[in-house]
Amino acid sequence: MSNISSIIPLFTAIPLGGAFVISLIGRKARWISDLLAILTALVICVLSLLSVRIYNMYGVLTYSVGGWIPPVGIGMVLDGLTTFMLVVVNLVAFCVVIYSINYMERFTSKWKFYTLFFLMVAGMNGVIISGDIFNFFVFLEIASVASYALVAFGTEKHELEAAFKYAVMGTIGSLFILLGIALLYGYTSTLNMADMANVLAQKNTTNLTLMVSVMFLMGFGLKAAIVPFHGWLPDAHPSAPAPISAMLSGVLIKSLGIYAICRIFFNVIGISQPISSILMFLGALSMVVGGLLALGQWDLKRLLAYSSISQIGYIVLAIGLATPLGILAGLFHLFNHSIFKSLLFLNSGSVEYITGTRDLKKMGGLSQNAPFTSTINLIGSMSIAGIPPFSGFWSKLFIIVAVVQAGRFGYAFWAILVSILTLAMYLKVTKYAFSGSLKESLKHIKKVPVFMKLSMAILAVITLIGGLLLVPGVDELFLKPAADTMLQGVRYSTGILTGLK
Amino acid sequence: MSHEHGKGMSIIVKTITRFTVGLIFLYGIYIVLHGHVSPGGGFAGGVIIALSFVHLMLAYGKEAALKKLSKRATSILESTGAMLFLLIALLGFTGGYFFLNFINKGEPFKLFSAGIIPLCNIAIALKVGAGLFAIFVALVLLDLDSEKKE
Repeated sequence: MSNISSIIPLFTAIPLGGAFVISLIGRKARWISDLLAILTALVICVLSLLSVRIYNMYGVLTYSVGGWIPPVGIGMVLDGLTTFMLVVVNLVAFCVVIYSINYMERFTSKWKFYTLFFLMVAGMNGVIISGDIFNFFVFLEIASVASYALVAFGTEKHELEAAFKYAVMGTIGSLFILLGIALLYGYTSTLNMADMANVLAQKNTTNLTLMVSVMFLMGFGLKAAIVPFHGWLPDAHPSAPAPISAMLSGVLIKSLGIYAICRIFFNVIGISQPISSILMFLGALSMVVGGLLALGQWDLKRLLAYSSISQIGYIVLAIGLATPLGILAGLFHLFNHSIFKSLLFLNSGSVEYITGTRDLKKMGGLSQNAPFTSTINLIGSMSIAGIPPFSGFWSKLFIIVAVVQAGRFGYAFWAILVSILTLAMYLKVTKYAFSGSLKESLKHIKKVPVFMKLSMAILAVITLIGGLLLVPGVDELFLKPAADTMLQGVRYSTGILTGLK
Repeated sequence: MSHEHGKGMSIIVKTITRFTVGLIFLYGIYIVLHGHVSPGGGFAGGVIIALSFVHLMLAYGKEAALKKLSKRATSILESTGAMLFLLIALLGFTGGYFFLNFINKGEPFKLFSAGIIPLCNIAIALKVGAGLFAIFVALVLLDLDSEKKE
C-alpha cells in the first residue's frame, strides 16, 4: 500500500520544490525559469492524470505523513473528489504556465512570478489532498497569501489597491475558518477529518455545529466569492496579470471555496436541510446578481470576473440540492467552468496584449486582423452561454434537469433566465470587440505569440470535447467517483479510518 | 540623531551595538540549536538572528548592514532554507514515508538527539531569519525611495 500511496505527498512537494529551485537559480536567465516551470507543471499534471488511473485500480488511498498513524499524525487522502480536483487544478496550471512564457515577458522578474505561482499551486494541491483539518487550513493560507501577492504583481496603483482589499477580505474569511476549526477541535478533540466526522456522527447536532457551519459558510463563501461575500473578486481578478486571473477564476475560488464547502459540509459535518437551503439560496442569488452586474461592464476582464460569480452560483445551487444528479451536475459544471473561464481570461489577456486596452468601447472589428483570438473567444463564449455541442451546454442542462427533478421550479426558472443573461453578456463582448468595422487605431496590431496560442488551443479542445465526460463508461472513471464521494456523506470516514490502520 | 560620525545613530548607540550585536547573534544560534531540548526553536532563533542584523542597520545605517548581508544573499539564504526543509522531508522517503524521522533519535535531552528535528530547526531558522531581514530591508528601501520623490 505504501508504495503506491507515496504519490500523494508529491502533489505538494513537487510544486514547492519547483518554486524554491526557480527562486534560487531562475534569476540567472529567463530560459532557465521557463524550462523549470514547464517541467514542474508537466510533472504534476501527468501525476494528477495518473492519480485517476491509480484511484480506479486501488480505490481510496491514505497516507500518514512521517509514519505517524492518524488521527494523531497528519493524514493525506486520495479519493474520488480529490483526484477530480487535482486534475482540474493541475491541468489548468499547466496551460497557464505555457501561456505565461510569452505573456509574462513584459515583467522584469519572471522568476518571482513562477515562484509565487508554484507556491499557490502547492497550496491548492495541499488543500485538496489533506485529510487533516488544520493542515488543510495551513495550505489554504499558503495559497491565499501567494494569490494576494500575485494580484499585486504589476505594482501599479489600482493593482495594489485591489490586492489590499483582497488581502483584508481574504484574511477575515480565514479568521472565520480558523475560529470554526478551533471550536470543532474543542468539541471533538480531534483534527483528522475522518475521525472528526465519526465523532460528530455519534454526538447529536447541537447549536455548536450550527454555529460552526455558519462560520465555515462565511469563510469558504468569501474564498468562493458567493454573493454577499463577493466584493473582492471584481477588483482582484481584473487587476492581476491575465494568467493569474485565469488561475484565480479558474481554479483558486473552486479549490479553496467550493471544494472546501463540499468536503466540510458533505463529508465532515454532514449536509442538513437548513444548510442545503442556504446553499441553494446563496447560489441562486450569486447567479442572478453576478449575471446582472456583468451585463453593465465595459471592462472586458471585469465582465469576466462578474460572470465568474454568476457561474459559481450555478455550481453552488446544484451542489446545494444534495441529490445525486445535482452533485454530479455541479461538479461537471465546476470542471467545465474552470476550463472555459481560464480560456476566456487567457483570451482577454491576448486581446490586451495585441490591442493594449481592456475597454470594450475602444475595440471593434478584431475578427478581421486577429482571427485566432476571435475564434477562441467564440468557442469560450458559446460554451459558457450553453450552446450545444460545447461542454457548457451539457452541464447547464444537467443542472436545470436536476433542479427540476428536485421540484425546485423557482430556482429552475432563475437558472434558465441567467443562462439567457450569460448569452447576452457574451454577445456584447463579441459585438463590441470582434465584429463590426475595424477601428483605425487597431489596424496595425501585434501578433499573438505561439505559446499563448498553444495553451489556448489546448483549453479550447478540452472545452469542445468536455461533454464526452458524461458518456457512460467515461463518467465512471472521473466524474462519478467524485460525486459518489460526496454522496457517501459522513460515512466516508469509515473507509479512510480502516485504510489508515 | 547625530550626523557627525557619518551615517547612523550617535556614538553611544554605536558602541553599545558593537558590544551586543555579536552576543545577540550567538544567542540566536544557541536558541536554534537547542530548539529540541529547551523552549525556542527555528522560528524564535531565526527571528533573533534577524534582529541582530536589524540592530546593526538601525545603529550604523543601511549600507553597513547590507555590506554584511546583501539583499541577494538574503534571498538566496531564504530559498536555501526552504529547499533544505523540503529536502529533509523528501529524504524521509528513504525510510518509506514523507517527513519520516529517519535519523537515530538518540538519548532524550541531549544536544545530539531527536533525529531530524534539529536539522529542521536550522532550515527554519535560515528561512525565517533571512525572510524577516528581507522584509525589514524592503520596508527601509521603500521608505527612502518615497522620501526622495517628495
